[in-house]
Amino acid sequence: MQVKEYKPLIVAFCCNWCSYAGADLAGNNRLNYPADVKIIRVPCSCRVNPMFILRAFQRGADGVIICGCHPGDCHYTSGNYYTRRRMALLFSMLDYLGIERERTRVEWVSAAEGAKFAATMNDFAEKVASLGENKRLEDLRCKK
Amino acid sequence: MRKIAVNNLDSLFAAIAAEYKLYIPVDTDAGAKFSEWSEGAKLSDALNTVRSAKDFFFPQTENLVDFKMEGKTIEIIDNRSECEDFAVFGVRACDVKSFEILDRVFLSEPVDTYYKNRRDHGVIISMACNKPAETCFCGTFGIDASAPEGDIVCYKTDDILYLEAKTEKGEKLLALVAALTEDTDNSAVEAQKKLIKERLDRLPLKNLKADAFGDGKTSKFFDAPEWSELSETCLGCGTCTFVCPTCQCYDIKDFNTGHGVKRFRCWDSCMYSDFTRMAHGNSRNSQLERFRQRFMHKLVYYPTNNDGLFSCVGCGRCISKCPINMNIVKVMKKLGGKEND
Amino acid sequence: MQEITRDILLERAEALLADGTVDRVLGWKKGEFAYDVTPAVFTTADELRAEFVWNDFCGANFSKYLIKETAKKDTKVLVFLKSCDTYSFNQLLTEHRFDREKVYVIGVPCNGMLDPKKVKDKAESVLSVTDNGTEVAIETLYDGIVTVARDELLPDRCLNCKSKKHVAYDELLGTEGDVVANARFDEVARLEAMTPDERFAFWQNELSRCIRCNACRDVCPACTCEKCVFDNPNSGVDNKAPANEFEEKMFHIIRAFHVAGRCTDCGECSRVCPQSIPLHLLNRKFIKDIDEFYGEYQAGAEAGSRAPIVNYDLNDLEASEAVERGNE
Repeated sequence: MQVKEYKPLIVAFCCNWCSYAGADLAGNNRLNYPADVKIIRVPCSCRVNPMFILRAFQRGADGVIICGCHPGDCHYTSGNYYTRRRMALLFSMLDYLGIERERTRVEWVSAAEGAKFAATMNDFAEKVASLGENKRLEDLRCKK
Repeated sequence: MRKIAVNNLDSLFAAIAAEYKLYIPVDTDAGAKFSEWSEGAKLSDALNTVRSAKDFFFPQTENLVDFKMEGKTIEIIDNRSECEDFAVFGVRACDVKSFEILDRVFLSEPVDTYYKNRRDHGVIISMACNKPAETCFCGTFGIDASAPEGDIVCYKTDDILYLEAKTEKGEKLLALVAALTEDTDNSAVEAQKKLIKERLDRLPLKNLKADAFGDGKTSKFFDAPEWSELSETCLGCGTCTFVCPTCQCYDIKDFNTGHGVKRFRCWDSCMYSDFTRMAHGNSRNSQLERFRQRFMHKLVYYPTNNDGLFSCVGCGRCISKCPINMNIVKVMKKLGGKEND
Repeated sequence: MQEITRDILLERAEALLADGTVDRVLGWKKGEFAYDVTPAVFTTADELRAEFVWNDFCGANFSKYLIKETAKKDTKVLVFLKSCDTYSFNQLLTEHRFDREKVYVIGVPCNGMLDPKKVKDKAESVLSVTDNGTEVAIETLYDGIVTVARDELLPDRCLNCKSKKHVAYDELLGTEGDVVANARFDEVARLEAMTPDERFAFWQNELSRCIRCNACRDVCPACTCEKCVFDNPNSGVDNKAPANEFEEKMFHIIRAFHVAGRCTDCGECSRVCPQSIPLHLLNRKFIKDIDEFYGEYQAGAEAGSRAPIVNYDLNDLEASEAVERGNE
């Protein structure tokens, strides 16, 4: 029997104004990044509620990344500053509970940074792949 | 009547565990709990476990059935596993009585087969209470902590454990460990019973009576003004219902796994705001109504439907665990007036 | 033993009822035993004299009850608050959860409240408890009188009391206290120093006991949402029981996160947990991180203050740095 190669499932929350456009640019420029990165578009990175992240893990994600405009460039002036504080606290808490810190990340990607988007996703996917399947925040019921 | 030295309990447990999945109360940092026996597990001396023994027959969550969806087909998957023989050691008289109360709910038509299978496959080894606590009031409901029911009844002195089979299931289990135990007369057990009875007579709640409640008392208590005061500071959490050995309300839910559905049931609590939420709205909108429901159910509705049997066994768990220290004893004393004190 | 006696509290309550300043009193009502004290609303002096108590088991924080109580009528309610309770009181005021004008606060000094769980661990079948200030004599059914040092019976929140200072009151009984040095973050630091595997095992063990009774949420003075996401059938997470261990983790992470920056560390969550889960260690992690990342902040110390989580600075550290730093 052929062993199926493990490929991490990654959920990327991308803000509509910068990072989602950055992903588009990566696509237009035909830059490669893993197909297992599933992008969810959000109006602003600060729209991401901690529950979204936990539920992504519950539903089978192995890594969750949040991408927003660079600090200072937020379409709504200050949304990403709040994201930064919230995620700093949330990630620190996840780490406190013993959940691998490499499974979550915040990255600032502008609409002009298609190359950075692709590089970030490649790097993140590689890191998550090295951790293996998400076991510590999994919901067994959701496993196939 | 059989006996075995307390020093030898490990071999007794090992012999039972060879044939049954055996659970015994063990001490943890958070109080005593029933755990599956394994080599080296030490029997707790605690009077009672934090959670009641109802979990064995009516677990907090239980997967009923799975549905797997692929394209346009739905496959129904039977994942039942409640047909394994097991034995629970050290169940107190109050918890044993709670099974009778649960039986009347789950074993009346339509029979709950999940519950019934567990009942059929479980052997209850009860244990008389050497040191009933100040929170105990099982006597109020006619339970004798010196003579518990169960498939096998045990008495423990400092160095000897006495066992007596009361049912066929119990005899079968005792026969299995016959080589480890020896015959004995009743004298030591009678002495132990006498000691326990004396202790029961010294309990602070020994005079609590339930006579004011029971069959047909709905109109007497339903609109009692005292409910407002009693429920005033209730938080609406589910602690009392979840530690209660006789609370039996549940909810059935479907969990969408993304590729199918898991139908499970889980304990519910009448103290929760959404307990009676229906399509038309909610019939109990205030905490007073929810609080009243819980105690009326235990003291009036259940006895009305079940030949006067109360659905409280006086285990005292709600007394120890309620965040605001409101409990059935206070309710009974307040509503029952002088005749209950 | 408490510095102020029951008689003094009773006298003030009766006087305020008599002169019409208030028409009801939120206080503690005696129970069947020494330790089962219940929060209650008293409306007459007779009721107070018969059932009002003030002793070592008056741990309940009354701040949250004020939301319900002040919504009932336009008249004033008298409430007794310990120093830690006044922080919750201020925090609720900050969030405009009740009308300050409808409350008359008497600050009561507190020497720490005994933990009934610890009392019962030390002595089985407790009949009465007598406290002389340093030692506690516990009368039991079977072992006579068991004497224990008072400190051994204090819960973690009192052993590591953060402040004896009342930050809000209309009237203070006894002497004004101070914010006190404490070691409340030591246990958090001990966990941080563990390896991730050890931390995971620790929390797995603790959280797996959760029975989702929601007592921690329902008692929390910071949890005052009209509709909790965990009760909302449209949220997709409204489960009533931990059907899978993931759900306990999600519940407790979200519960603690939702009160981050607003939690005053009153310790009610751990007090009420029927399964003895040290929930305050989750809340304290957030408090410790907030202090370290964004400067010291004590929720409730000042009514109207802005919590760091609803604020920002251009030079805040990045999330990745936070994880590194939190682990030092």
